Amino acid sequence: MTNLPWLLLIIPLASALIIQFALRQMSGTAALLGTASVAATFIINLVLLGQVGTDAFEGIKALHWIDVGDFQVSFSVMPDKLALGMMFVVTTIGLLVHIFSLGYMKDDEGKSRYFAGLSLFMFSMTGIVLADNFLMMFVFWELVGVSSYILIGHWFEKNSAADAAKKAFIVNRIGDFGFMAGILILFGATGTVGFVGLEEAFSAETLPLTGTLLTLGVLGIFCGAVGKSAQLPLHIWLPGAMEGPTPVSALIHAATMVAAGVYMLVRVDFLIAADLFSSTTISWVGGLTALAAALMATQQNDIKRILAYSTLSQLGYMVMAVGLLAGYAGMFHLFTHAFFKALLFLGSGAVIYACHHEQDIWKMGGLIKKTPITAITFMIGTAALIAVPYVSSGFWSKESILFAAEHTNPSLFWIAVFVAFLTTFYMLRLVLVTFFGKPRAHGAEEAHEVGLTMSVPLIILSVLAVIAGYGFFAGNFLPDSFHAHLGWDANHPVSHEGSKALIASLASLVLGIVAAIVLYRGKDKDPISIGFFKNRLYIDDIYEWVVKIGQDLVAFIAAALDKFLIGGLLVRGGAGLCSGAGYLFRRVQSGNLQYYTILFGIGVIALIYIALS
Amino acid sequence: MESIPILIVAIPILAAILIGFKAPARTTAMLAAIANVMLASLLCLKFDHTAPAGVFQFASSLAVLDQPSISLAFGVDGMSLIMLLLTVIVTLASLWTISDKVKSPRLHFVSALLISAGALGAFLSTDVFFFYAFHELALIPTFLMIGMFGRGENPRKVAWTITIYLGLGSLILLAGLVALVYHTPAQSFDMTTLLGSVVDSGAQKWIAALLIVGFGTLVSLFPFHSWAAPAYAAAPTPVSMLHAGVLKKFGLYGLIRLAVPLLGEGMAIWADWLLVLLLGNILFVGLVTVAQRRLDLMLGNSSVMHMGYIFLGIAALIASGGNNSLALNGALLLMFAHGVSIALQFALAGKIEERTGRLEFENLGGLAKKLPALGLLFGLGAFASIGLPGFANFAGELMIFLSAFKGIAVGDTPLAELGNLQWAAIAAFWGVVISAVYMLRAYRSIFMGDEPRGGITAGKPLDFEEKLPFIILAVALVVVGFFPRILLQYLG
Repeated sequence: MTNLPWLLLIIPLASALIIQFALRQMSGTAALLGTASVAATFIINLVLLGQVGTDAFEGIKALHWIDVGDFQVSFSVMPDKLALGMMFVVTTIGLLVHIFSLGYMKDDEGKSRYFAGLSLFMFSMTGIVLADNFLMMFVFWELVGVSSYILIGHWFEKNSAADAAKKAFIVNRIGDFGFMAGILILFGATGTVGFVGLEEAFSAETLPLTGTLLTLGVLGIFCGAVGKSAQLPLHIWLPGAMEGPTPVSALIHAATMVAAGVYMLVRVDFLIAADLFSSTTISWVGGLTALAAALMATQQNDIKRILAYSTLSQLGYMVMAVGLLAGYAGMFHLFTHAFFKALLFLGSGAVIYACHHEQDIWKMGGLIKKTPITAITFMIGTAALIAVPYVSSGFWSKESILFAAEHTNPSLFWIAVFVAFLTTFYMLRLVLVTFFGKPRAHGAEEAHEVGLTMSVPLIILSVLAVIAGYGFFAGNFLPDSFHAHLGWDANHPVSHEGSKALIASLASLVLGIVAAIVLYRGKDKDPISIGFFKNRLYIDDIYEWVVKIGQDLVAFIAAALDKFLIGGLLVRGGAGLCSGAGYLFRRVQSGNLQYYTILFGIGVIALIYIALS
Repeated sequence: MESIPILIVAIPILAAILIGFKAPARTTAMLAAIANVMLASLLCLKFDHTAPAGVFQFASSLAVLDQPSISLAFGVDGMSLIMLLLTVIVTLASLWTISDKVKSPRLHFVSALLISAGALGAFLSTDVFFFYAFHELALIPTFLMIGMFGRGENPRKVAWTITIYLGLGSLILLAGLVALVYHTPAQSFDMTTLLGSVVDSGAQKWIAALLIVGFGTLVSLFPFHSWAAPAYAAAPTPVSMLHAGVLKKFGLYGLIRLAVPLLGEGMAIWADWLLVLLLGNILFVGLVTVAQRRLDLMLGNSSVMHMGYIFLGIAALIASGGNNSLALNGALLLMFAHGVSIALQFALAGKIEERTGRLEFENLGGLAKKLPALGLLFGLGAFASIGLPGFANFAGELMIFLSAFKGIAVGDTPLAELGNLQWAAIAAFWGVVISAVYMLRAYRSIFMGDEPRGGITAGKPLDFEEKLPFIILAVALVVVGFFPRILLQYLG
């Protein structure tokens, strides 16, 4: 039993390999195997959760990957409540997404490749969650990047999907550059990469590193999260990632992988607490991401992109909470957000499927009559995202973030409140335009409800979207040390009645609903048009420009320099230096290359003899 | 057992001679390659792990000259065993890729076998003179093959350029090696004697400079690198595979084997220069790689770029006075990994050209639909080369980076600043972004998206025999990536 946690890694890896190498031609079996493998890890994880706090995992085996002299890189797992709670999120949503995919990807040509990719993702994500040291985490950090690349590019013959996959990987690598720099600096200072060892070093009287280097180390680690959790300014890859199949967006690009950055920061919150400048920076990056993404979301028309920007915005909330040293609130919001955002994405997938692959909300409308289950579950998810008080999970977690901000950083608090207003506004816009009014296109008129494999996951996720915010449920999956902060000691969710946070969030909810209804009820086209928001604050254009000018031009200049200066001058200069010898060569070689080269060999050997004797 | 290293060097030479005398070329060459793989495995099995470092096993020697003392001597230690494994694996794969459709397959087999023999001789020699001479021997067929069967517009010009370039580099190297030997008390070319002696400290600085430039040119150290990419692009596939994969490692091997342990003071003087040059490899040549629009030139440049990481390992070794086993292990692992992965990539490029007749990115596209197996294999090679975990390249790079930071904190004093080596390592890590840019771009434009205008024909799916050399190389990368100990156990 001690080594049971390893099964969480072995099962999905085995599934990925079997599908890739044995079931390429048997896509039906491949899909079932993939789904069964997640079901197995889901059950094993529940068993493990029951053993947290006992000594069941004492002496769990570690794998020495690199073992050189006095230095080892080991893979070993850290099955504490934080990790296994996160694994609950990963396996639950993973299982539901697999089941949903059985229907959604039924007729796809690359179905077994798709399920192999999903299994590879489950393997890599599990590695991140269970890792007990930075290097193991980095290894799996890169591997989720690959599985994400494979799945975004699932329809690789489409240019847009191919470009989006590439962009996602490269942007993530920029984050990983900082991540590795941070890991190296911390390793240099402490001689360890293990989370336990680092925490010990950072709880000593004198910190193991000081000054700018401390800030560089901590912010370096944070860079990893900026890439993976798509924070400003590396957020640009996530909306593009919507090119992947919608279940992938739900699992990877909404609920789990993009939250890995937040999870990692919570795992090493002692680092953030050690440096004030870093923690302040982190909270502002999170707050500004939340704001910018929410502004962009108000003017998008593609149903998946609206949800993608909302994911960015919610991730911003979580990162902000971590920066405000309220990791418990960030992790709590990660937990609730995973369920309701997966619900919204799968719901959008059901809508897209029902409308014959239409993604523009202005070509939908009136779907509540045609697809009632999808519509109602989608609205339950929306209620959680806009934090309808007391009956939605999102309310409790968002409230805990606002409450933490209220007491530590008033400017960020008001930004967060404004974001809450924007969230309500753009989500109501989405719901009104998609599900109400009259159908505005052929696809919406013809739409009909999706089958059981797709509607059952929606219903289960709706239940989770309601209950995941209550202490009696969430308390089983979040570390005990969080409970006091979240007011769960007496098994009651915290309410902060009468606090500014509660009043402000209620007010922003009401204002958002009113504004959306006034503007969008019964409309057939968008009554407002703000280019600045629609064009994503022009950030993507600036990047494109920077890449063109910065990288391609520099690369071009470098290539030219290389060819003419270094290649030309040095080589020919070097050749010129021995022009005397060259003259001789020309006499000798008489245009016959073979003859010359053999002479050259003999010459060299002769030369050595002359040199020696 | 002492005769095994001699046999390993002799077999490819004999095979080449037999093919010259009209023996069936493919069969003879493949038998020789397989025999060498088996002999190398035998050495691995019989290798004595308890022997102290720096002792050559399976040693044999034949005196050639008394004064100075030169002998034809072979032997194996951990370092040379790893290079031996690299050579036999890449040789097997590269011989396999030689198609009967090329012009004069016989000459292709003979040249590839001779290049392999030269590399094997260099890595197994325990005498500095023959260590040098075998490498020169391997260069000759390289030049010839580029000149006679090269691709591109002007292969002869390329052949001339690298002949002059590498010839000059070799001469500088020769001067350095001779100076090295003559500044030790015994003045012996025997490596064991040499490694046990002390080099005059007054001479160290200039000998170190000669060796860095000499070996460096052969490894395409910036700014002595510009021969490499055009040469690999012009060379026939098996030659690119063997030269970029195996022969180029000679310079790195020489630096680690001779320069680092013997010239501690001298190398330390140039350490900061070396950091600048290796960043030139990684960042400058990295950008040059991004600008390439043909697969073969891109791969050639990427191979130059990746030498920078191995030089970083050497720099970490120098900084620690040669006592950083993590750096040594990392550098050797990466030499092996890079050799296998670049050979795989050149082999795949050769296959793409054979099937489609093109290598320009803009004339390719959507190939993964037509040749899914090739797409998967190319993906594996690309991910290996950009240092993705799971492949041997990542393990080597990671060890090198960690080695640059190991033990920099002293006692309980908080760490407040980094040295040049650490800053250079961080700057070098930016290479992971650059390499992702060019490699994924290449994959994107060759295998994904639309077909090029006018369509593209790629023939039937790859059959097993075509895939096998790629599979051998890819499996080697994955196995060593998961279990680096398979190789590193020999370093003690």
